[in-house]
Amino acid sequence: MSPDASPAATSSAPAVPSSPPAVELRGAAVRLGARTIWSGVDVAVRDGEFVAVLGANGSGKSTLLKTVLGALPLSAGEVSVLGAPAGRANASIGYLPQRRSFDSGTRLRGRDVVRLGLDGDRWGLPLPRGLPGSSIRRREAGERIEQVIELVGARAYAERPIGELSGGEQQRLLIAQALVRRPKLLLLDEPLDSLDLPNQAVVAALVNEICKGEGVAVLLVAHDVNPLLPYLDRVVYLAAGHAVAGTVEEVITGETLTGLYGLPVEVLKASDGRLVVVGQPEAPAHHHDRHSHDHGGHGDHGH
Amino acid sequence: MGTEPQLSWNLAHDLSEILEYHFMVNALLAGSVVAVMAGLLGWLMVLRKETFAGHTLSMMAFPGAAGAALIGVPAMWGYFVFCVAGGLAIGRSSVGGKRTWGEQSASIGAVQALALGLGFLFVSLYGGVLGDLDNLLFGTFLGISDGQVLVLLAVAVVAVAVLAVLGRPLLFASVDADVASARGVPVRTLGIVFLVLLGLAVAETSQVTGVLLVFALLVMPAASAQAVTARPGLSLALTVAIGLVVVWLGLGIAYFSVYPAGFFVTSISFAIYVGVQVGAWARGAAQRGLRPPEPELAPAEGVIV
Amino acid sequence: MFSQEFMRNALLAGTFIALACGVSGWFVVLRGQVFAGDALSHVAFPGALAAAAAGVDERIGLFGATIAVGAGIGLLGRRSFAGGRGTAAAAPADDTAIGAVFTFVLGLGVFFLTLFSTSSGGGSGIEAAHTLFGSIFGLGAGEARLAAVIALVAVGLTLAIARPLLFVSVSPDVAGARGVPTRLLGVGFVMLLGIVAAEATQAVGALLLLGLLAAPAAAAHRLAGNPYAGIALGGLLAVAAMWGGLALGYAVPGLPPSTAIVTLAVGIYYISTLVA
Repeated sequence: MSPDASPAATSSAPAVPSSPPAVELRGAAVRLGARTIWSGVDVAVRDGEFVAVLGANGSGKSTLLKTVLGALPLSAGEVSVLGAPAGRANASIGYLPQRRSFDSGTRLRGRDVVRLGLDGDRWGLPLPRGLPGSSIRRREAGERIEQVIELVGARAYAERPIGELSGGEQQRLLIAQALVRRPKLLLLDEPLDSLDLPNQAVVAALVNEICKGEGVAVLLVAHDVNPLLPYLDRVVYLAAGHAVAGTVEEVITGETLTGLYGLPVEVLKASDGRLVVVGQPEAPAHHHDRHSHDHGGHGDHGH
Repeated sequence: MGTEPQLSWNLAHDLSEILEYHFMVNALLAGSVVAVMAGLLGWLMVLRKETFAGHTLSMMAFPGAAGAALIGVPAMWGYFVFCVAGGLAIGRSSVGGKRTWGEQSASIGAVQALALGLGFLFVSLYGGVLGDLDNLLFGTFLGISDGQVLVLLAVAVVAVAVLAVLGRPLLFASVDADVASARGVPVRTLGIVFLVLLGLAVAETSQVTGVLLVFALLVMPAASAQAVTARPGLSLALTVAIGLVVVWLGLGIAYFSVYPAGFFVTSISFAIYVGVQVGAWARGAAQRGLRPPEPELAPAEGVIV
Repeated sequence: MFSQEFMRNALLAGTFIALACGVSGWFVVLRGQVFAGDALSHVAFPGALAAAAAGVDERIGLFGATIAVGAGIGLLGRRSFAGGRGTAAAAPADDTAIGAVFTFVLGLGVFFLTLFSTSSGGGSGIEAAHTLFGSIFGLGAGEARLAAVIALVAVGLTLAIARPLLFVSVSPDVAGARGVPTRLLGVGFVMLLGIVAAEATQAVGALLLLGLLAAPAAAAHRLAGNPYAGIALGGLLAVAAMWGGLALGYAVPGLPPSTAIVTLAVGIYYISTLVA
């Protein structure tokens, strides 16, 4: 060994991640009016990582996604998305908002809905056939749409009116819409919410495949961790205005959750590996986006 | 003849002056009957969110009256026939699975346009006396005969009786159609029956307020009452009360003025409606100040709205 | 038929007005805003009357009223009003407010009508009829040209915002996250609708506007799944109804052209329900 060999130049130096995390929140807090929704949130999601945001109803899970989208400003701390402050890089984010289904008579085809994810934000009409230069773009667009429809397994019904499809089928097409621009970050707000168990399993597996296969960072809000257990890298658990982040084994334990809530909370493990949280207090559920109100409030649509 | 009636500020005097005239008494009677009937059915209509259907039904009165004039029967019968027919047409077309709200409303709009086109045709064929058109569209209370009052009363009594019988299942079907249907309530049939009753209410109301201003008695009192209280019995009573106030005040003022009754009835009704909305908004704002807001609120303005 | 100047004028104005109605109507049906369109057409009447009573060109009142009320409806609209999603309960929740407002405006129309008739003495009935039921055969050459140009501009604007408007109507949250100006588009569209309503009032009248706005577009929705094909088809069907109606109105004595146009448009819709 020559005395000139510089120790830093050896191959045993630890590998350094070459790109910044897709999403990073540091000491983040959100306050609305007099109330702190959550504070002290530290989480980073890297490319190809699958992170779930969990917590009881009303704990501010959707709010977290909105801060990542730049739709809601932080009261404290920082959030950076794809190396820039939140809200700048939204074109590289695939967003699946909390689900509402399409009217059963909607005749728009599934593939039209997917296509909107590709170019819906551009003014004017799509270039008609025959214009020079347009044919290449049309072909590329068409190929990409086919590709992403294939990826979510919706090829069989993408040409049918979307109003005729089942919940699970519509959801897959909406995921395709979120994916069609090859996003680096996928934000999913309760995507498994109104799906039956088999469809939950399928969609969870699909998201995982996209995450690992395409190297997309995934931040997914859920109220039940179990369909996601086989795939999660880490979780962020929101409760009582605070947050804990870590692996499933670290966070979803009676000890951690009791510490979080300040109340006795137990985590039971069923024989098949499923986890059940017992004793967590539920905040009053205010699903403003899902129930209509008669008194002129925020009510959106009814059932 | 005398001079123009003058509105003095002595209420009792004005009232007694108005009541001297038989046509005014008839107008007030007719108006009261209409206020009650329109109030009750309008309350349900607002609950069922069938405002557009109600508006379209009021448009039916136009071909009704024009058609009646064409064949030479009293306008009133034309109103009833066309409004009920309209109710059936809308009822048949609006229910039924695979239609978006957009398409349902488009088909209601189609019925409306067709009916109005027909009405215009009738008017043209009749040699259109457009003075009548004015009254038709905006109401007149000068020529309400005793016979008319009786007919209005009779129809109203029948309609309210039907409503009393069907009230509970209809309410059930209006608020939760799926559960009601599972319990055996004939939701679709009730819907059509309701629209027919609504057609009758509209036909009656048009005779007082004119075709275009039916909403003043059909929608606004009910909407105001429902904004004030959610308790059904109370809001129903309030609806009728507001309707009566609007009619009496509106007709009373119109008597002393050269402008049509429809304008006053509408303006008073609208004023109450706006007042209630403002009050409800102010109350909501005050309550929000005291209670912490819920977390899942709408995001910052201007980004995702 | 084509040698008559009034017919040529009617065809010129009518074609582009119908095109504007069909194209924008496709979005009206998608977004469940048919009642808003109805309301706008109904306020056209008092607007025109107010202008007449004030002694200015009727069209100023016509456009002023519809655009102003359009802005109002757009601004007052809640989130749920960005149609295309949710259940039937979504759009009608706002209809009560719309109905109240336009009833009041109509009441004002009565007021202006009386004002106008007392100040100008007679003739108001005919004015009212024209505004309510259209007077397409009464358009002069200059008026027809102006109407055509404005309608063409409206068509152009609608096509320019077609894609983002579609995105906003179908996936409002995703579009918003992508930076599409959701609220601006919503309000802008209803104001654009105001322009179309005012235009169409000259052709078929305030009360029959819905026939040209909603029916061909609803037929197009049934017949075409591809949105851009649907928009084109909506325009085409509306123009077809216009031409047919004008021809019938010319050929059949006593048949008002607006009645013919609207009947054809609605007929097209009913046929589409049988076919698709």
